[in-house]
Amino acid sequence: MALRERPLSPHLQVYRPQLTSVLSIFHRLTGVFLASGAAMLVCWLLTAAAGPKYYAWSEWFLTSWLGYALLAAWSYSLFYHLCNGIRHLFWDAGLGFSLRATYASGVLMVLASFGLTGLSWGLGLLFYCTR
Amino acid sequence: MRIQTPLARVRYLGSAKEGADHWWWQRLTAILLVPLTLWFVASIWWITVSGASYEAFQDWLSGPVAAILMLLFVGALFYHLKLGLQVVIEDYVHYKPLKWALLISLNLGCLIGALAALYSVVAVALGG
Repeated sequence: MALRERPLSPHLQVYRPQLTSVLSIFHRLTGVFLASGAAMLVCWLLTAAAGPKYYAWSEWFLTSWLGYALLAAWSYSLFYHLCNGIRHLFWDAGLGFSLRATYASGVLMVLASFGLTGLSWGLGLLFYCTR
Repeated sequence: MRIQTPLARVRYLGSAKEGADHWWWQRLTAILLVPLTLWFVASIWWITVSGASYEAFQDWLSGPVAAILMLLFVGALFYHLKLGLQVVIEDYVHYKPLKWALLISLNLGCLIGALAALYSVVAVALGG
């Protein structure tokens, strides 16, 4: 029997953007982007296992301007995915499903993701400069 | 009376009894990754602000707690990554040859990446 093409549901571009849908698609985008961070994690650990000479390669890359830009993007994406992931786990438990709660947790999540990223880099710079 | 065989009746109509497993492991790894990610970020942060030397990194990973948590982190991370990206590929890539190529690459890539990272953690932890 020939396989019939199944109809696909209408996609993103059909809908007016809302906080809920925008936060949802960013959860996916940050997830996909964090895969490159996982690749960097593997490189970092591999160079560490290979010895100080190779570990210096990771250090060189991560302290270049591209490395810092990537670290900034990875750290924000990680906090975003973490905060929104916790939001998802609450939904999975059946909590916070009302429209009001969904919007409130969305706004809270965005604030928390920026706050945690700012805190990490801010405190890091502070410690580093006063060391 | 139906003339269809039971197989023909259910084909393309739903669960192959594996969906719940995917969903469940995505949540399990997510729950595990919440504390592990916070621990990982805090550790990296501390190593970085305290000078980011190779010795400091080695000292940190040589402790049994850090090594075991790192192994857990890498394992949960790559499983979570595999499950998540699999859904993204299945949702957006409809051209079958490309879809299968991506799914195979994803699975093998995660397997190789996880193994390389796990080996490296053990090598640094025991090789100090």
